[in-house]
Amino acid sequence: MTHPHRNQPLWWAFALHRVSGLGLACFLPLHFLVLGSALNGDAALDGVLAWTESGPVKLAEMGLVFLLALHLLGGLRLLALEFLPWRDGQATLAALAGSVSLVFAFIFMFNVI
Amino acid sequence: MNRADDTLAVEIWKGGTDGRLAAFEVPLRANQTVLDVVTWVQRHRDPALAYRFACRVGMCGSCAMTVNGKPRWTCRTHVAKVAVERHLTIEPLRNLPVIKDLACDMTVFFEKWQAARGRFEGRTTRHDEVVQLAPDTPARVAIDAGIECINCAVCYAACDVVAWKPDYLGPAALNRAWTLQNDTRDAGQEARLAAVAGDAGCHNCHSLQGCVAHCPKALNPTAAIAGLKRAVFRAALSGDL
Ligand code: SF4
Ligand code: SF4
Ligand code: FES
Repeated sequence: MTHPHRNQPLWWAFALHRVSGLGLACFLPLHFLVLGSALNGDAALDGVLAWTESGPVKLAEMGLVFLLALHLLGGLRLLALEFLPWRDGQATLAALAGSVSLVFAFIFMFNVI
Repeated sequence: MNRADDTLAVEIWKGGTDGRLAAFEVPLRANQTVLDVVTWVQRHRDPALAYRFACRVGMCGSCAMTVNGKPRWTCRTHVAKVAVERHLTIEPLRNLPVIKDLACDMTVFFEKWQAARGRFEGRTTRHDEVVQLAPDTPARVAIDAGIECINCAVCYAACDVVAWKPDYLGPAALNRAWTLQNDTRDAGQEARLAAVAGDAGCHNCHSLQGCVAHCPKALNPTAAIAGLKRAVFRAALSGDL
């Protein structure tokens, strides 16, 4: 008998902020792993870089850009909410952060293709 | 559903936490409130049904229940506004222990009110002059925005953080603390700030605004909590905390 009262935009903003944060945290060690492969000579790094040229990886990169932008803009909204005087319309701001992040992701996509 | 056009299908929670829903058919009336429905069931179908109310005009804060999945003040909630295809599910508030049927144990809610030091602490006696609070000062405006709370615990039931972290003081108590932090006549602000800065305090709030979405008095506990966070931050910077 629990009734979570979650169906509202700011709950989703919170969930996406969490998920994007976790996603980025998982990506970071992989990123260092790739950079670290340069220590084993340039062939190793070039091998990985060639792999990142493939379609699915490019798509995943687009997702990464989206998560990064979302976490950045969402985080700025939260910082403003906590440190500046209160401002109404937080749901609109969260939606704005989401849409701008999507735009970033698409710009990235069109630039790399 | 084979139901007469002038009736409402109502399911009401019966028992404690491990209870279940019981079905009733209730006559539809013009301008009927959810509290009217519960009262009708108690008078005509189930005299043992436990629920709370007092004022019936949205002042006492005792009638809050979960109506079709959302926490609401039932005396001011019209059936016409919330029934879905003439159907209502009425359950006790979330995040509080159920005593019986629709009556929750509010003890924790009020204990947290005290833990957040949500009471005025005066510094003057009856022999002193009455202190004026000018209505247009920012502090007084901040108090006005939060002062109309009726302690209904609707926000407390709506808050996910309370569900995740049962120690969390919750939106109502923190909202009250914020109004007192802005009250220049209050003498307990240092201790109150320390109380709301603790582990169970304002920093737990994720600003999801479930409280704002559901508060029947249209208050904004999230803004109050953000105010407390800033006050704690300032006090920590200046070494006062
Ligand atoms: S804004 Fe804070 S207090 Fe209000 S429901 Fe969300 S977490 Fe709870
Ligand atoms: S802040 Fe609103 S929802 Fe919460 S107890 Fe007060 S009146 Fe009820
Ligand atoms: S009965 Fe008093 S607020 Fe509903």
